Amino acid sequence: MQFGVIIDAFPYLLQASIATIGYTASGIVVGAALAIVVCAARFANSILFQRAALAYVSFCRGVPLLVMLMLIFYLLPLIGILVPASVSAVLALGLCTSGYLAEMLRGSLTAIPRGQAEAAQAFGMTGIDTWRRVLLPQAIRTCLPQVIGEFIALMKASSLISVIGISELTRVSMNIAADTYRPLEAYIGAGIFYLAINLCLAGLGTLAERHFSRGIIA
Amino acid sequence: MNMLQTLWHYAPLLLSGAGVTLWTWLLGSVLGLAIGASVALLRRLPVRPLQWVLRIYIEIIRGTPFLLQLFLLYSGGPSIGIRLSALTAGVVCLGVHAGAYFAEVFRAGFEGLPKGQIEAASSFGMTSFQILYRISLPTMLVAIFPSIVSILISLSKETVILSIITVPNLMYQVQSMTVETYSAFSGIAALAVFYWVFVECVARFSALIEYRLTLFARRDSAEVRA
Repeated sequence: MQFGVIIDAFPYLLQASIATIGYTASGIVVGAALAIVVCAARFANSILFQRAALAYVSFCRGVPLLVMLMLIFYLLPLIGILVPASVSAVLALGLCTSGYLAEMLRGSLTAIPRGQAEAAQAFGMTGIDTWRRVLLPQAIRTCLPQVIGEFIALMKASSLISVIGISELTRVSMNIAADTYRPLEAYIGAGIFYLAINLCLAGLGTLAERHFSRGIIA
Repeated sequence: MNMLQTLWHYAPLLLSGAGVTLWTWLLGSVLGLAIGASVALLRRLPVRPLQWVLRIYIEIIRGTPFLLQLFLLYSGGPSIGIRLSALTAGVVCLGVHAGAYFAEVFRAGFEGLPKGQIEAASSFGMTSFQILYRISLPTMLVAIFPSIVSILISLSKETVILSIITVPNLMYQVQSMTVETYSAFSGIAALAVFYWVFVECVARFSALIEYRLTLFARRDSAEVRA
């Protein structure tokens, strides 16, 4: 083992880590936007919307990320949309995570007692006010730990986008392995960076949880 | 050739791929369960260094992507003398990966056991092996069944990744089919539907089993109410 390889590769791995975090964060943003729509559909009055949302969630959770990635990578050009691979990657990550995020959001929304929304209405709050001031703050607080868990899981899953040539942490470590003929050291280096990102995200998550539960007693 | 004819033409290849996928999933699950159960049991021993080692194993496996672990074993392994075929490396990696997750689930199961039951069993004169076998394990397995199933399901999705190190599983065969037929999308779409149906079936079936397993709890509470 020659650990010099890891030290030499440090700047490249650091840069690649930033790319990994960037792709994951973009995926979460896309996923959260989709999840809110899907969650709204699940609470809709129309049975059709509910069924469609249910099918969507089961599809997202049933299809492996690698398959989803290939699906989008090949589907977009087929219907005439030519975008860079990075867009396909973010879309695939977002789609994959949206099913899980929608379920988390639904779980925390159903946990809020019905009386609260009714009380808000009785106080003369509009629908949007009820959501913004009563329901969402509580839902965000209760589903935050799960969302952070999902963020970390997605960060690890994002190693798969290396397959379509995106230069994130796994891809860069593959290149380093190919350049130096030292695969073991290159992948250990990447692993150290993944663990570090993991720790940072978990720490940020704790801070965020503290922020959202300020003023709450246990 | 239309889609169905193409699939029919490649049926033997696809079936062998499906076989490899299923086989790696089963072997990986069994290996993972064995590793997970042993790690969870070993973590209960009061030996500090052992606990640290197991803790590090769990944290590293749970903190890094499966693909990276696979590369580390398959392409990094030979430089420290571990030479495995793609299939063996894939199965070992699946098992070691799942083992860490199973170990955490088992640990949570052990911690969730009501203390009174164990004390009652030991005051009845049961040996610690009897307590484990007759009291702890049955109670715990029912409680952690849903978590185990969800790990098994995500493991079935991880098997797809083995195609990257050329394990000839379903994904690999579908990709070689699409290379020959120049129609990438239809094959991948069929694969997506296959996985969707498969995962949905496993989830439904396990919900059924879970219902049967927890019947006793409902029966008890019904009696209490009556």
